Amino acid sequence: MRNIRRRIRAVRSTQQITRAMKMVAAAKLRRAQTGVIAARPYTKKLAEVLGRLAAVEELQHPLLENRPVQRVAYVVVTGDRGLCGSYNINIARQALEAMQKEQDVEVSIVAVGRKGRDYFLRRNFQIMQEVLGLGEEIEFARAKRIADGLMRDFLGGRVDRVMFVSAHFVSALQQRVEVQQLLPVLPEVEEQVAPDYIFEPDVKAVVDVLIPKYVVNKVYHNLIEAKASEHGARMTSMEAATNNAVEMIDRLTLLFNRARQDAITKEISEVVGGAEALKG
Amino acid sequence: MTLEIITPERVVLKEEVASVVVPGTDGYLGILPHHAAMIASLRIGVVKYRQGDRFYPLAIGGGFFEVVDNRAVILANTAERPEEIDIGRAQAAAERARRRLQESSDETDVQRAEAALKRALNRLRVAKGE
Repeated sequence: MRNIRRRIRAVRSTQQITRAMKMVAAAKLRRAQTGVIAARPYTKKLAEVLGRLAAVEELQHPLLENRPVQRVAYVVVTGDRGLCGSYNINIARQALEAMQKEQDVEVSIVAVGRKGRDYFLRRNFQIMQEVLGLGEEIEFARAKRIADGLMRDFLGGRVDRVMFVSAHFVSALQQRVEVQQLLPVLPEVEEQVAPDYIFEPDVKAVVDVLIPKYVVNKVYHNLIEAKASEHGARMTSMEAATNNAVEMIDRLTLLFNRARQDAITKEISEVVGGAEALKG
Repeated sequence: MTLEIITPERVVLKEEVASVVVPGTDGYLGILPHHAAMIASLRIGVVKYRQGDRFYPLAIGGGFFEVVDNRAVILANTAERPEEIDIGRAQAAAERARRRLQESSDETDVQRAEAALKRALNRLRVAKGE
């Protein structure tokens, strides 16, 4: 009986922790979710403008250049911390799967997030660069530094293609892992008839600013999507843990009550038996 | 025509306007309804749009401008209305940038400080309604 009581106490304190973590994640999720939804129009518009532009003009920019691929970098975005269900492992696995499909190229990894880095370190992958401690709020300046670094590597010929593996926020309960090509930039050419643009000051000036901006924003956007997804995953998994604890406490309480009842019954029958014996 | 001002963080504005003036790289561009399709790159400066006989200014930190089908979209790096500007912060930023311009000789540092100074002065101008 003492054992059961001790276990109930242990489960209850775990439950308090998971419940607190769930509430914290829920609060962070709300903010992150608002941020992601507010940021989507810009990203969408930028892609549209680029798509329309690519439909009209034969775009010329070093970041669009397709060259023979010898080296590919995979940017893998995971969280720094665990306790968020299968969030981190799902991303790492999808990244691994995509990398295994690469033929005759040298693959290296840019690990954003501790969990992903550890996963690939354990498997003896070459980590080209790691970015840890992104924090709860993704700063645009931080995303820009990451993107600038990737563009430098691409332009300097250190990598010929850059892939981005990260989670996209669908709902608090759902994230979608996507593998996207970041570099060279692939404009999504729109099918509709493209307008006959006037360029101010000229095409080159516009393209020279638009394309790097598109890359930087894509990195920023993917990072905030990933952060919102992580909070969602953590909230869901901590809620499940809390519910499991409730169930377990119920079961243990039942067990405890049954054991206590057994003890009482035994005691009564002993007393009754004793009394009977005395009567003789 | 409709005017949308969008930054990486949020949609700042989406409204019907009578005209808009944007800070193009080579000078201010005035846009009236039914303008031909255009893409322009923007520098740090002031966006001014008209509704009725009132003009409304915003400070923007550079970006892009696109007009298609009577829809004007400004994809701005930053965009703030006068009442949203933190004057104290802009003054501090201007001060910091000036100091850096005097102290540093590294080229990228100087470029960065110049841009920061421009952004800060632009915000101050808009906030003071100049």
